[in-house]
Amino acid sequence: MSAEPSPQSPWQAATITRIEKRTPRVTSFWFRPSRPFAHLAGQHVDVRLTAPDGYQARRSYSIASAPEAGGGVELAIERLDDGEVSPFFHDVAAVGDEIELRGPLGGHFIWEESDGGPILLVGGGSGVVPLMAMVRHRTLRNKAVPVALVFSARLWDEVIFRDELIGLDDRRDGFDLVLTLTREPARRPSDYSRRVDARMMAQAIERLPKAPRLAYVCGSNAFVSAAADALIGAGVPAGIIRTERYGV
Amino acid sequence: MVTRGFFSGRRPPSDTDARIPPGQYLEQGFPVLSAGPTPRVRTEDWSFTLKQGPNPLKKWNWAEFNALPQSKMTRDIHCVTAWTKFNTPWQGVMIDDILADAGIEPPTAYTLALSFDGYSTNVPTKDLVAGKAMVALLYEGKPITPDHGGPARLLVPHLYFWKSAKWVNGLQFTERDEPGFWELRGYHMYGDPWREQRYSSDP
Repeated sequence: MSAEPSPQSPWQAATITRIEKRTPRVTSFWFRPSRPFAHLAGQHVDVRLTAPDGYQARRSYSIASAPEAGGGVELAIERLDDGEVSPFFHDVAAVGDEIELRGPLGGHFIWEESDGGPILLVGGGSGVVPLMAMVRHRTLRNKAVPVALVFSARLWDEVIFRDELIGLDDRRDGFDLVLTLTREPARRPSDYSRRVDARMMAQAIERLPKAPRLAYVCGSNAFVSAAADALIGAGVPAGIIRTERYGV
Repeated sequence: MVTRGFFSGRRPPSDTDARIPPGQYLEQGFPVLSAGPTPRVRTEDWSFTLKQGPNPLKKWNWAEFNALPQSKMTRDIHCVTAWTKFNTPWQGVMIDDILADAGIEPPTAYTLALSFDGYSTNVPTKDLVAGKAMVALLYEGKPITPDHGGPARLLVPHLYFWKSAKWVNGLQFTERDEPGFWELRGYHMYGDPWREQRYSSDP
């Protein structure tokens, strides 16, 4: 009599190894999974919290770290005041805590070297997180792929990963950063101070050596709708635009 | 595994608890999720085709389709991204009535729902008939907005909501259970919320 091996639960404990505030509302958490996994740039994990009475809450969070980055899996979590999971992370979670994760997940909003380029990335607020994994992946692996990132934030101080992105932009190695602030004047000469529109997208595309092979848009539903319409207005075929919408 | 410092602040009231599948939370809004830009399909360009494999069985234009018998369904819906929304009111044409108008019985055990933007999703035929599913034309009594899949979307409320294909323009009966868009990208072939069949590795 040999028992069938029971399938391993897709959930695993991951230890928080580092916490770093990124902006007033976004904090990064690094996790060391007990069973390390290889993810693709753009993928997410599911996180599950369990209360003493068995009640569970789960949410999906995009991975910000590059697949080849050491130091664990980085999730950049925006605090939603009326949420139940993000306030737990911001107010309670501490280095050394164990959290259940499942992943990596997602097979559509991903970019791999084999997909080629140029690629155009358009992020609104915390929608930049999976795009950051793509930018970092390109930096660590394949600088030959031209990438333009249009990142819309309300305020200069809400630009997540700001110093890192500007540092990458300053290298002039085929990565172009376009910031647009919707509630403040632009700080850099090439940046904008308005909501994304077709003209902005057309100008971002001009920064690429040729038309993008793929475009990735991530953010709130309203942002993604506006950005996808702007891309189509700039002549980008709908069929090469991949979207990921956060929340309502 | 109990999470240090996490308590049941949001446990739903017990009278609704039984309506929320495992791992889901109650959402008051109506989040929008899609894999690409929102197609804006004009009703004058709209059509709905019933197919067996590549062969069309019957095709309706917008006016013809709207003239079919219409029914109402008010149901709880469950998105794989973990939100559940109660009592969503829809009106449209039951799949049973589409088949009756075409004068056919379902020819195969499996179906692919097809959409204007190239999306597809697989549903066993038995999950579409006997009052279980419709092609919805109205939400809360009004035309369905493009973001939510209008002019028409499939409604299969007892499965995770990605099975309720937005911008639907046809059903294709297939001999085998063929994976659609998300099913090819890591999501479950069937997608029963009560058995938490979210991802392909879920039993």
